[in-house]
Amino acid sequence: MTAITDRQKLQYIAAKAADARVNVELETEGMILNIGPQHPATHGTLRIVAKLDGEQVILAEPMAGYMHRGYEKLTEVRTYAQITTLVNRIDWLGSFANEVPFILAAEQLMGVEAPPRATWIRTLLFEMSRLANIILFLGDMGVQLGAITPVFFAFRDREYVLDQIEAVTGGRFHPNFDRIGGLKDDLPKGWLADTKGVMDKVRTFCDQIEDLLLGSEVFQQRTRGIGVIPADVATQYGLSGANARASGIDWDLRRDNCIGLSYPQLDWKVWTHPDGDSFARFWVRLQEVREATKMVDQLCDGVPSGPIMAKVPRIIKVPAGEAYISTENPLGEMGYYIVSKGDLTPFRVKIRSASFNNVSITPWLLRGVYVPDIITILASLYFILGDIDR
Amino acid sequence: MTHTFFSLELAYWQQTLIKLLAGVAFILALTGAVVYLYLFKFVSFMQSRLGPMEAGPYGSLQLLAEVGKWLQKEDIHTENSDRLIFGLAPAVVMGSTFLMFVVIPAGPNAVIADLPSGIYYVLAMSSISVIGILMAGWASANKYALLGGLRAAGQLIAYELPLVLAGLGVVIQAGSLNLQSIVASQSSGEIFGIPAIGNPFIITQIVGFVVFMIAVQAELTQTPFDMPIAESELVAGYQVEYTGIRFLVYFIAEFATAVGFAAVASTLFLGGWALPESWGISDDAMHVIGPIVIAIKAVLLVGVVFWVRFSFPRFREDQLQRLAWKFLIPITLINLVVTAVLKVVL
Amino acid sequence: MAPKPKMPGVLKGLGVTFRTAMDTMFPDGPLHPPSPSKGAATVQYPREKETPSPRARGVISLEEDNCTACMLCARECPDWCIYIEAHKTLAPPRRAGGKPRQVNALDRFDIDYSLCMYCGICVEVCPFEALFWSPEYEYSEVRIQDLLHDKERLGQWMETVPDFEAYESGSESKVKKVPR
Repeated sequence: MTAITDRQKLQYIAAKAADARVNVELETEGMILNIGPQHPATHGTLRIVAKLDGEQVILAEPMAGYMHRGYEKLTEVRTYAQITTLVNRIDWLGSFANEVPFILAAEQLMGVEAPPRATWIRTLLFEMSRLANIILFLGDMGVQLGAITPVFFAFRDREYVLDQIEAVTGGRFHPNFDRIGGLKDDLPKGWLADTKGVMDKVRTFCDQIEDLLLGSEVFQQRTRGIGVIPADVATQYGLSGANARASGIDWDLRRDNCIGLSYPQLDWKVWTHPDGDSFARFWVRLQEVREATKMVDQLCDGVPSGPIMAKVPRIIKVPAGEAYISTENPLGEMGYYIVSKGDLTPFRVKIRSASFNNVSITPWLLRGVYVPDIITILASLYFILGDIDR
Repeated sequence: MTHTFFSLELAYWQQTLIKLLAGVAFILALTGAVVYLYLFKFVSFMQSRLGPMEAGPYGSLQLLAEVGKWLQKEDIHTENSDRLIFGLAPAVVMGSTFLMFVVIPAGPNAVIADLPSGIYYVLAMSSISVIGILMAGWASANKYALLGGLRAAGQLIAYELPLVLAGLGVVIQAGSLNLQSIVASQSSGEIFGIPAIGNPFIITQIVGFVVFMIAVQAELTQTPFDMPIAESELVAGYQVEYTGIRFLVYFIAEFATAVGFAAVASTLFLGGWALPESWGISDDAMHVIGPIVIAIKAVLLVGVVFWVRFSFPRFREDQLQRLAWKFLIPITLINLVVTAVLKVVL
Repeated sequence: MAPKPKMPGVLKGLGVTFRTAMDTMFPDGPLHPPSPSKGAATVQYPREKETPSPRARGVISLEEDNCTACMLCARECPDWCIYIEAHKTLAPPRRAGGKPRQVNALDRFDIDYSLCMYCGICVEVCPFEALFWSPEYEYSEVRIQDLLHDKERLGQWMETVPDFEAYESGSESKVKKVPR
């Protein structure tokens, strides 16, 4: 049995002193509340240990890892086609978006370029997965705040998008459609016209959400000024995606660092909001959904003709080297760093997931906040556990 | 003190027993209807879905299935809970609900006890449920339940005042606390010189009506005031450790209280069981029509409560306290003063 | 930045829910009797069934005549849920007077649907077009062992395989044919 070190003694005393300070100043004990891992508000198995004083948070600490599935280790013994299948399940709501940066990195290593038709349809499906993901967010934020009706609208209208994805790829949630060199198959006849009809439905849904949720004074009181993230703090913690844009940071990988996708040929704009509070994050994502529907309309109109797949050997052995590609996924910036030694399987794949960084800001953000605001902030940051834990 | 009922001479205790049984049956029937119509069907239609369709035609027997399900569950309690208080809390909440129905009239004679302090009694009884909720929150030995119970205590006490003050406006205008005389003054009066619709106080007391309905929403802990339950945060708040028949009691109590408050509101503001006297319906007919009329009015008001419940997110509790203390109470006080002045002047 | 509501937003929200309720109850307009079963987005399974799209990944079917037991599908499956056993046999020569050919004959070709990820790698990788996707999805079983579909059952699924659809204009891919 090892003796207790001096450091441990000091830590123990400091912890007791902190408790004593709370006791003396406020004449109460801080109550430790475990939010999660089983909780309706934490989007999965996230555990937040919060020390509360009444209803106010003194400190909060997120503990992720309850859903760790060992993706990066699994990829070491899987071929590239099998990894594409697995990787669908990281961010399971916008699942096509997970395949794209991985395939782009592998294509960069192989020196293969997908034909323009494939790139175009890849962008189209990328935007549709963004729609599927963020539509759910818009409804889910309502549920976390107590409005249970918008989420049903969200699921109903998301079904149309998923039906379109299923008509092309065969799978609603796990398309498994991207291949090194292009896509697995081409679009079936009549799909483009159907998709434009679905976009109209999504726009109606956005208007309904704006009336039902965004314009509601109750919602505005719950979200304005809650969880304000200044722009410099956002960059320090590595926030990306709509969270960063809601703090005023004008950075979108689709415009600023676009590799392998067709965004430069489209006419679209990046939405930012200066406030950085929960309302801003909701508002930015709502506008992004509308913008995505416009982009899908443009993409449906201008599909270039040509082959859907470049000439790629049957058995894929990616040459030795390393490549890192990140794209603007629905949740934020997602990147894959592939190290290959020339085998059938990669040597190491490091997955930079957006939600891991988005959640890392919670200890800083949740100090001094009320318990209901914890839920608002977590809902507005919008992470998916599969993305945090991989 | 005997009363002839179908030319039978009944003793007081028999009369009371019949009234009690009829009252309980009426309440439960209305509660069941309200649960089916609003909780299962209307909310489903608002969310573009169908709701329960399998149990009975169009899911009409779903409530029976739910009751059966809850009844057959195991009666468990947490390890550290205070068993006596844990078990008594649902009874207190249910008791306050049923006590509230004692004075609500459903016809010229259909009231269990026509107390002269009618509305005062109703509002006093409805506030007993706070004790039940606090008992549940504390005795559950669960931090989430405790948070829910404490939030409920603050909220329910805060919203008692707008409820009472809005009701007081009606009392001043009617000139009596007794619910039967409030009903009578609405049906026999006239507004703007037109006797056709009687004098429902909703027209003159519209401010009081709106505040009363908001306060009712808060007293029922329905969204947007459902912090004590707060499904997505506290996962049923003070009810989280309850299951089986005790949870069923909470469930029934919630909806029965909704019906009760709606019945009180329709008595105070919409004319209760009476139709305007100018329509010339005889008193004997009102014995039969009266319960139907008040049932319809109460069900409509419960519909409004549920419509609001399923459309809005919830307030944070400091925002809802601010709404009550800084907004609703001053408005009702002004309403009271104006009503009193106008009553004396006109 | 957000649009300033002229009517209190709470009332607009009430209007949205009420309108949705009315649309669900009276999908044909207010003059017809209520028919929520038609207006709601719910599909009352199993009384009504939605047809999945032709490419939907429901179940994998096997065209046994095309299979040469090359084992590529069993090797590429991420879950290793395909079990193949075959033996060599002699088939009659193609032309009269030639040598008998050595072919693989399947003994066992099982797909364990309790493990299958429905990724489609096996269908894609098969060089002899012996595996096809079918949109059938109603094959739930009470016991997990029954989810192991053997050769005969996989062959029966071939009847449910739809023809490949035509592609959108501008595509250079050729539409494949399903062997019937």
